[in-house]
This record gives sequence, structure tokens and C-alpha cells, in this order.
Amino acid sequence: MSRRFVPKVVSANDLLEGHAVWLTEDDRWSPDMGEAELLEDEAHAQIRLLFARAQPHIVGADLVDAAPSPTGPVPLHFREAFRTHGPTNYHHGKRAEGLTPRGRIPGAQDGV
Amino acid sequence: MYSYDAFDEAFVRDRVRQFRAQVERRIDGSLTEEEFRPLRLMNGLYLQLHAYMLRVAIPYGTLSPAQMRQLAMIAERWDRGYGHFTTRQNIQFNWPRLRDVPDILDALADVGMHAIQTSGNCVRNVTADHFAGAAADEIADPRPVAELIRQWSTDHPEFQFLPRKFKIAVSGSPRDRAVTRAHDIGLRMVRGADGEPAWEVSVGGGLGRTPMLGQVIRPALPEADLLPYLEAILGVYNLRGRRDNKYKARIKITVFEGGLEAFRNAVEERFAQLRGEWGGADRAMLERIRAMFAPPAWKERDDGDYLAFRAASPAFRSWTDTNLHPHRAPGHVIVTVSLKAPGATPGDATAAQMRTLADLAERHGYGELRVSHEQNIILPHVHRADLPAVWRALREAGLATANAGLASDIIACPGMDYCALATARSIPIAQGIARRLVESGLERETGPLGIRISGCINACGHHHVGAIGILGLDRGGVETYQITLGGDPTETAAIGEKTGPGFAADEVVDAVERLVRGYLTVRRDAQESFLHCVRRLGLEPFRGFLYGAEAADAA
Repeated sequence: MSRRFVPKVVSANDLLEGHAVWLTEDDRWSPDMGEAELLEDEAHAQIRLLFARAQPHIVGADLVDAAPSPTGPVPLHFREAFRTHGPTNYHHGKRAEGLTPRGRIPGAQDGV
Repeated sequence: MYSYDAFDEAFVRDRVRQFRAQVERRIDGSLTEEEFRPLRLMNGLYLQLHAYMLRVAIPYGTLSPAQMRQLAMIAERWDRGYGHFTTRQNIQFNWPRLRDVPDILDALADVGMHAIQTSGNCVRNVTADHFAGAAADEIADPRPVAELIRQWSTDHPEFQFLPRKFKIAVSGSPRDRAVTRAHDIGLRMVRGADGEPAWEVSVGGGLGRTPMLGQVIRPALPEADLLPYLEAILGVYNLRGRRDNKYKARIKITVFEGGLEAFRNAVEERFAQLRGEWGGADRAMLERIRAMFAPPAWKERDDGDYLAFRAASPAFRSWTDTNLHPHRAPGHVIVTVSLKAPGATPGDATAAQMRTLADLAERHGYGELRVSHEQNIILPHVHRADLPAVWRALREAGLATANAGLASDIIACPGMDYCALATARSIPIAQGIARRLVESGLERETGPLGIRISGCINACGHHHVGAIGILGLDRGGVETYQITLGGDPTETAAIGEKTGPGFAADEVVDAVERLVRGYLTVRRDAQESFLHCVRRLGLEPFRGFLYGAEAADAA
């Protein structure tokens, strides 16, 4: 029996700014992972990834594991949590832009 | 210092112009990311976790005040007001925008700098002893040779698509401060049979997932043969290096798999062919370069109020105890400016700090600055009489930390806070260890101790050659830190040995403190450094400090 599909989001970087962005259900790229489309069906996820990779001004689109929450998808791995958070040594990146970090970064104030 | 001639200037400007057009074509969609990626990497532009990162070459770690000020300007105008000095004597900007990068490269070209070959499978920025041209223990300044290698390897048509990246380090001193044995090619100056300077050439060193120390392929190569010999090594590697497996593509694997003898025979054969073809143009060029590295006219003067100030100020005295190194010229010293204040990010400097350093180099340092692979800044030529003024200015800029070579002078890569390759963070671990060892007073009691931290197996933080090495890994989605002991980056180079199971992020600072406290109980006396103590006693007592006596017995 095949393993149960872990839900995903499409994660990428913006070509011009380099910032982390996520694909929304209405085909936008949001700097807030909370707005991302949670992909719970594997075939649909593959179609969304193909769509993402064909977009101009988007770099390195890939599927990353996520879980549902009342405020939108939350990353399961700390690497992706860092992308929603920014570096921990300076107040730069997503937190500095007023976005709520998502997922768990060990030792940091927990996000959503 | 070397200054660009018309050829260098035209070459660098031309490259910026090409890259500007490539960026435009990427933005308008004429180039796909797949096509653009190798082009941006050739110009030092990476895409990291949160943003682009531009890696700028600082050849052999040498900077002029004007160059340092330009780095400060770039940090303020196009980045977030700081730069990160790396473990390969480069500087990285962590937040540039794609559209701004061609302008940044033009601003670099204005001061004779570039980002060429700071990435990709080519000969990377050549690194050198950061005390080059100043150290009392040096045979001769190795930087003219480093500059010659830079010119030869830049855009070398045969070596733009090597099996993997290629790193060369040079040292003009028997004291190896350039970690030459951990490079693809390490060059150490020695005295040849005729008493003339010659080069000990080692090959096949490297850290990363398969750490190896370089082996000596030629004990004393005459200087006149240097470039043809390097070309022979690179040529043999280019043909024999493995292209089927990225993890086996470095020259260390080529040398290891076929053995040094077979590799040497192939190199000597190629060298015999090449040698006659060179015709001496390289030697003429080297002489021209060497003239530009002529030492400044040392000023002879008395020490002023240096000794009186040293007696009066314990903080100044403590700084002079740790951050000075003997200079070749009477009355002068080499000053290490620590970028490792406890709690700071190792290697980071703000634009204001860069300007302070440029001013000090101009006012008190014969206009020279160096970047060390240890992520500090060096003022290579300072007269003792100027030390009180230098120290006061550094203190005002938050740069007077008295810890060069001590436990809080930690080398650390950017780790998961920035790097797309990282498997765990390095910076917070370095900050935590530095704070703990300084606040507990253990640092002073301990004396020299090299702690080096990498956030992944690629080992940018040189953890393999740390007396205490720390490697951050992802174990089942959790940051885990593996500790190695006994690594040594110097002429007595050694790769550290793994101690045992890794530690969680919130355990690793305690673990290092236990190692240091344990060392203090077993060292022979205060003269026996941590590294020497590990060498004398072996790992077992230290495993006991880390894991408890029972665990050590069971192991």
C-alpha cells in the first residue's frame, strides 16, 4: 500500500527580490505562507507544481510539507519555518516586514 | 598593493556589462532560470533561503582603505548596512536585489574589485596567510605569487569547467596560518637546496564530507616552475577527476583513488611537456607584480606612551596580550581586530565599523587591511606608538574585543539562518558558546582554543580542523550537533575525531563548557593548550567529560 500523502504547499523565491513566496489558490504568490494553498491531493499538487515552474519571475518552485491550521498552512520542517521567519541573528526578513512566523524554530518565540 | 592595469580594468568592466545584459534578459524572460543560474554563479550571485547573496572576492585577503569604504557604501546603499566576512577571505552581502547587482558590480570595479570565480567549478579566490608581508616569521611575502595565480586562473579557458570547485592557498611562512593542507593545492614557501625560496606543493586536501589533508607532491619546487606545474596539476585533474558523482569529484578523491604516486607521475609527465612552452612571460609578470608589493618605508620612532598606557589600562593591556603578533619591522606589530564580540555574529561588520577600519588603516596602518579566514580584520602594520589611539578608536566602534585565538574567537559559517545548503544553525551556537565561556571567566583561564562550527557537511566553518569542531546536522527534523576533537589547521595539521552521539541545540553549549572545565582539570600546566592536551591524553577522558564516565567506559 502506498504511504499516505503528506499535504504540501508550493514554495519558491521571487526572481527580483529573492524573497520567499508561496503559491495561493487564486494563482498569486504571497510572502505569507498563511495565504498559501494547502495541497492535500498528490495529483493536484503535481499539477500546481508544474504551473508554478512555468511562472515568470519565480525561482526554485518546489513542494514542501505543511499541515493545516486555523490561520492557514504551517510548515512541518524547521528549514521552511526559517523561510517564514527570517534569520534569527538580526531582525531582518519576514519578521521585520510584520509577517507572523509559521511553524517551529527551536529556541525562537513560536510562530503559528 | 596590486593595482589594476588597463587589461584588468577592461576585463572586469566587460564582465559587468555582460552580466547586466544577462540580468535584463533573465528579467524579460529571454533566459530561463536554468540558463541564468550558471551565469549568475560565475559572478558570485547565489539564491539563499531569504534572498540573494553576493559573494565578493577579496584576493589573498588584502584590502585598501578605499576598497573597505566602498564595501561600506555597498552595504548601506544596496544591502542592510552590514557585510559578512567569510572563512575564505571573501565578503558576502546577504540581501541584494537582482536588479541592483550589476550596479554593485560596477561599484566594485570602481575600486578594483569583482565577484568573478567566487562560485562554480573553477579556480576560486586564492587565499593567503593574513599576516603576509608583515609577519616576522615569514620567508617572503606570498601575495605576488597569489596575484600571479589569480591572473592566470581568471577566465583560464582550460579550467572553466573543472569536475568541481578548486581552492588554492599560499603561505610564505613555515608557520601555516592559511590552512594550506586543507586545500586542493596548498603552497608553502620553503628554502630550496640553493637557499632560494621554493614552494612545497601539496595536493588533494579538502574538508567537506570526506576530509583529507593534502599530500606533498613536490617538496621544493623552484619558483620559476610554479605556474607550469600548477597548470600540469589542473590539467591532469581536469581529465581524471570524476564527473559521474558530485561527491567524488574533488581532486582529493582523484589523488586518493589512484594514489599519490600515479597522480604525481601523470603531473610530472604533463609538466615536462608544458615547461618549455611557457617561455618566461610568467616570470616577467611576477617581477612586475612583486614591485607593487614592495613593503612600505617603515617609520622609525620611539614607542611614545605605549608602555605607560599599557601599565595604566588593564583593558588595553589585555587586548595587547591577545590581539598582537610580532612584525618584521622594528617597533611595529600586527593587529588582529576581532569581529567576535561575545554575542555578535562571527565575521559580521557594520558599514560604520568598516569605515572606522579604513580610517585606522589610513591614519596608523600604512593604508593596508587584511581579512583573515578566521573572520577577523587585520591591520598588518601598526607602530607600537599608535596602539593606544588605535585601541581607543576600535573600542568606540565596538571592535576592541580582546580574544584573538581564544575560545570566543569562533569561526562559524552562516548556517541555517541564511544558507540554502545548511542542515542546522551555526550562528546562535557560536553566540551561546562565546557568551558562556566569557561570562564564566573560563576563556581567560583556558588560553588558546580554536572552536569551529559548520552548519552542514560541506564544512565552510572548518570544523574538521577545530580543536573543538562542531557540525550541525538535521536528524529527523531536529538540529543536532556532532562534536569532533583534536583538529589542527596549522603546519601540524590534523583532522578532528568524532567523540560520539550528537547534542541537541540546547545541550551543545553545556557540552562545550564541560569539555573546557574537564580540560582545566587534566592539563599538565597552563602552558599545555587544549589541543596539546587532547593529543597527549587521547579522546577518552574528553568523552568522559562530554558523556559522563560510564559512557566513556562503555564506549
